[in-house]
Amino acid sequence: MTELLIHETAARPTTATVSPTREPRAVRLRRAGRFALTRPGLVLSSLVVVLVVVSAFAPGLLAPADPLLGVPADKLQAPSAAHWFGTDYLGRDLYTRVVHGAALSLQATVIAVAVALVLGGLIGLLAGFVGRWVDEALMRFVDVLLAIPPLLLSLALITALGYGTLNIALAVGVASASSFARVMRSETMRVRRSTYVEAARSVGTRWWVSLARHVLPNAARPVLVLAVLEFGLAVLAVSSLSFLGYGVPPPAPEWGGLVAEGRNYLATSWWVCTMPGLTIAATVLAVNRISRALDGEWGRSR
Amino acid sequence: MTNPTARYLLRRVGLAVGVLWAAYTVSYVVLYLLPGDAVETMASGGLDGEPLGPAEMAALRARYGLDQPILVQYGKALWAALGGDFGVSVQNGQDVLSAMGDALPSTLALAGTALVLAVLLGTGLAIVATCTRSRWLRQALLSLPSLAVSLPVFLIGLLLVQAFSFGLGWFPSVGAKGPSALVLPAVTLALPLGAQVAQVLAASLDRALDEPYVTTARAKGVGRVGIHLGHALRNAALPALTVVGLLVGQLLAGTVVVETVFTRPGIGRLTVSAVSYQDIPLVQGIVVFAAAVFVAANLLVDLVYPLLDPRIAQGATR
Repeated sequence: MTELLIHETAARPTTATVSPTREPRAVRLRRAGRFALTRPGLVLSSLVVVLVVVSAFAPGLLAPADPLLGVPADKLQAPSAAHWFGTDYLGRDLYTRVVHGAALSLQATVIAVAVALVLGGLIGLLAGFVGRWVDEALMRFVDVLLAIPPLLLSLALITALGYGTLNIALAVGVASASSFARVMRSETMRVRRSTYVEAARSVGTRWWVSLARHVLPNAARPVLVLAVLEFGLAVLAVSSLSFLGYGVPPPAPEWGGLVAEGRNYLATSWWVCTMPGLTIAATVLAVNRISRALDGEWGRSR
Repeated sequence: MTNPTARYLLRRVGLAVGVLWAAYTVSYVVLYLLPGDAVETMASGGLDGEPLGPAEMAALRARYGLDQPILVQYGKALWAALGGDFGVSVQNGQDVLSAMGDALPSTLALAGTALVLAVLLGTGLAIVATCTRSRWLRQALLSLPSLAVSLPVFLIGLLLVQAFSFGLGWFPSVGAKGPSALVLPAVTLALPLGAQVAQVLAASLDRALDEPYVTTARAKGVGRVGIHLGHALRNAALPALTVVGLLVGQLLAGTVVVETVFTRPGIGRLTVSAVSYQDIPLVQGIVVFAAAVFVAANLLVDLVYPLLDPRIAQGATR
């Protein structure tokens, strides 16, 4: 899903700007090149996200060693050419563990955002399209979800569901569905009043057809931008829960868990929790930068 | 004048009570109905412990009244909660409310300090960033908040501990003894919140500075700082105040992570142990408490609005 979103940095604006005079390919390419060159931060962010995605799907490419196997003689070594991020208390290479930990952390994040997107999107779509008391009831429900701090709602869900990466993902997803519901609702209400939906209805299109064919595609864009932004927040929420110890049990690496493992060696070996922590921070920063670019920077740049 | 204001207040209080009831219901559904069998969950002795036998489970079920129809259970639980009885903790049989009461003072000190710090930091940064004439300084200051909200809270805490406890040795890294142990946790908690205050306030200050009354004030010869503090800030304060109200919820959630990082006693640590033990009554008590604090804070913000902008109370009666 992340991969898809990155491609969309370049691809979506062209579909969004289907104007009568479409730019020729060469012009568009040059514009994209200029857009990227004037934004080194965005290029760097894309690179970080690509690296994270690669390490999630093919960790062997970036770190061929076994993340669970340590050399006790090399324990707690500072970052060096041999161990980029240093080693932990069992002599395991931290870089390898961070790369292999991306799979679980990213998996949880993607599931969380997907759950939030589908759940919140459906609530918002229904509320915005049907209106009246359905809208009123659903939005009151969303207000209540907003009154319980997301982390505590997640913790309540984990209490009920139990530990594990999947449960963390579900808990974070449900807790962050409300913002999707709000945006989806306002977008649906905007689109519903537009002329083409009215026209579709007047020629006798059934309501679910016009919902699927006209309202949903046109209301989806801001929701997708929000999804990228929520992706960064979900990385933070998932890593917080795994830092608190509700993720996978110890030997398997997971970003938040790696930081928690390093806490005991903080006084002597700063790298054990700092390196995984900075990886999380870099991922979130990169995703946030990309979401800002998606949120209209391209459109304004012409 | 008093009439619209009174009606505005009454409406807000009614809304707050409604949200609180609904939050109780949501937490009840999540904690008691979602697991399928709450007794089995609680009796399993937490996620790390030994399970109980069937006879003990039946006794537990009867004790918590969980052998009755769901609606009856819910009604009884809600009635008891109204009287302040959230049941007893599964871990040690302590009353939920008193367990939370024991943990509260430490958390209150932490959260209160952090909130004050966050507002001061956020306001200061926003004012300096919008006031300065240097483009470079403005850009640098305004990029700080988005950096701060991208860092995981636990990383901020651990980095501060490395620098100020182990590096410089100024503050203790763990515990809650004395005011010096409060500094690092409070700063950790305040940084992401202050960043959000700064973001909103800077944006609304920029908007306020475009208003005609600012041009008028400038034409009358009011200085840059005078315009900022005397004219723009009060008008720009409303959105920032709203954010502060919303941040109070995050503040409580933040204590969960911060108290874990700094091994401080308090509501946050209580939450972590309650979740690990699947202590359903305690978790519910904490969730409802958090919702109550959030609702109360936002009610307070709603009550302050008309003082800052009298039009709001007038408009509320429409």
